[in-house]
Amino acid sequence: MVRGGAGRRRLSTAAFYALAGLFMLPTVFVFYWMITLSLKPQVEATAYPPSFVRFSVTAAGYREVFTKYPFFLYTWNSLVVAAGCTALGLAVGLPAAYSIARWRQQRLAVVILVARIIPGIAYLIPWYIFFRRLRMVDTYGALILTHLIVSLPIIIWVMISFFEDVPAELEDAALIDGCSYLGVFWRIALPLVKPGVVATAILSFVFSWNNFLFSVILAGRSTRTLPIAVYTMISYEEINWGTLAAAATLITLPVLVVALLAQRHIVSGLTFGAVKQ
Amino acid sequence: MSSGRLGRWAHRHARWLFPAPAVLLVAVIIVYPIAYTVWMSLQEWFASSLTAPHFIGLANYRKIALADARFQEAVGRTVYFTIVAVGAETVLGLAMALLFNRQFWGRGLLRTLAILPMVATPTAIGLVFVMMYHPSLGVANYLLSVVGLSPWRWTYSSQTALYALAMVDVWQWTPLIMLIALAGLASLPREPYEAAHLDGASTLRAFWHITLPLLRPALVVAVLFRAIDALKTFDIIFVMTQGGPANASETINILLFNQAFSYFNMGYASSMAVALFAVVMGASLILIKVRRTTTW
Repeated sequence: MVRGGAGRRRLSTAAFYALAGLFMLPTVFVFYWMITLSLKPQVEATAYPPSFVRFSVTAAGYREVFTKYPFFLYTWNSLVVAAGCTALGLAVGLPAAYSIARWRQQRLAVVILVARIIPGIAYLIPWYIFFRRLRMVDTYGALILTHLIVSLPIIIWVMISFFEDVPAELEDAALIDGCSYLGVFWRIALPLVKPGVVATAILSFVFSWNNFLFSVILAGRSTRTLPIAVYTMISYEEINWGTLAAAATLITLPVLVVALLAQRHIVSGLTFGAVKQ
Repeated sequence: MSSGRLGRWAHRHARWLFPAPAVLLVAVIIVYPIAYTVWMSLQEWFASSLTAPHFIGLANYRKIALADARFQEAVGRTVYFTIVAVGAETVLGLAMALLFNRQFWGRGLLRTLAILPMVATPTAIGLVFVMMYHPSLGVANYLLSVVGLSPWRWTYSSQTALYALAMVDVWQWTPLIMLIALAGLASLPREPYEAAHLDGASTLRAFWHITLPLLRPALVVAVLFRAIDALKTFDIIFVMTQGGPANASETINILLFNQAFSYFNMGYASSMAVALFAVVMGASLILIKVRRTTTW
């Protein structure tokens, strides 16, 4: 702590909380506005001046989202793709991360870091061409594979730092006792990094759920995911703000809830393990 | 675990077998497509036509570097957007970190609130901002009028669109810089401050000469990650303005997306993708160099 030592004049508690509130107000307000807008009837949603606290509450926006659009299908699609991408990513990424941490395979780690830097659109052009030729546009397979481009590097990089924290003595002892590397990985390392696995799984799920760029091109009528559904709603038909806000709320709320469960590791995930909290 | 011949073989070759599936997958989903994009950038090919791609060498690159004014404007805009957004995020994030670097009631709540914008679906957030930015019905102009400012046209005017979009990015990502800076502040040593205090240095001088240099490595990492992603911003721009009005928010990503998927001009779009990668890579290398040359 630099407190006091920095020679900083202390703010009074009241001033501190006033400033803190001011800084955090925009964060809270946007979510507050999204949720209240979704509950307002159309007349009040577009009323000017807008009402902040006193308004009549209706579920009409939510009802409309589910009756006018196949929102259950979109939600199911998002779930299937995010879960599939996360499962495959973990199955492939965990052994790789373990191996990079244990045998210091730096070159592999760098390749994966570069994959994170390359703009997604540079992958999208070839993938679009291939999937069109293979008639795989509008399939779950196409979406899961492309979403892996985003989540696999995150899974591997975050997990490297978790595996590095596993004490080597523990593994060496097991090896001397005749355990194979597979056994060490499965029975010793993996159980120790379980919190990390949960956190990366959540991160991977969130990134796949939020993905727009790959899905907007590779999803079709039957595999359209939620972000694409929202986009189609604004660009063509929908002018009812209550309905739009209800859709936005329905998409965002699940990731917010899930992400809060992993909040300790989110920052490390977003910075590729550069910062641990 | 089985310890048959296969098991022993697997054990001996574990260091190749463990990463093998990932290496294979990375080769298929990452390396091969990138090689294909580079190759495609040397061709002229419209995916909508029946004619096969034909090799034109570096002609696409010559065109984007010398002839295509729209592309060059997009490059400038992309870099400008990144500097504005990441600059604001850094200043705000650092200020917030300095404020919050103390014990206080509600620390956990602060972190929770900070995380929410970063994980919220960008498409949905873009949609909410579209409604807030509406010139006559939006809450943004109402709030401006409450504090006595004249209304803006936000994403609806070519003069302000890029700034309005940058504000969405600032809203989403300032917390990341704040959290990274907070982690950096927590690990600072006390001694330099005590020495500075004895020497009678002012708060501002202590911040400038001690805190900032010590924090620089953490800050550079934060700025690096933000810059990489800001240069590649796609979702919010595509959802909110589609590059408009009148190309005012057309970044490289948006321009090249339209070249590829509206005009199916795959060869030309590929050369832009390679150029965008070069911009992102260049920015990353500059920032990494800044980090290396730091004395700490």
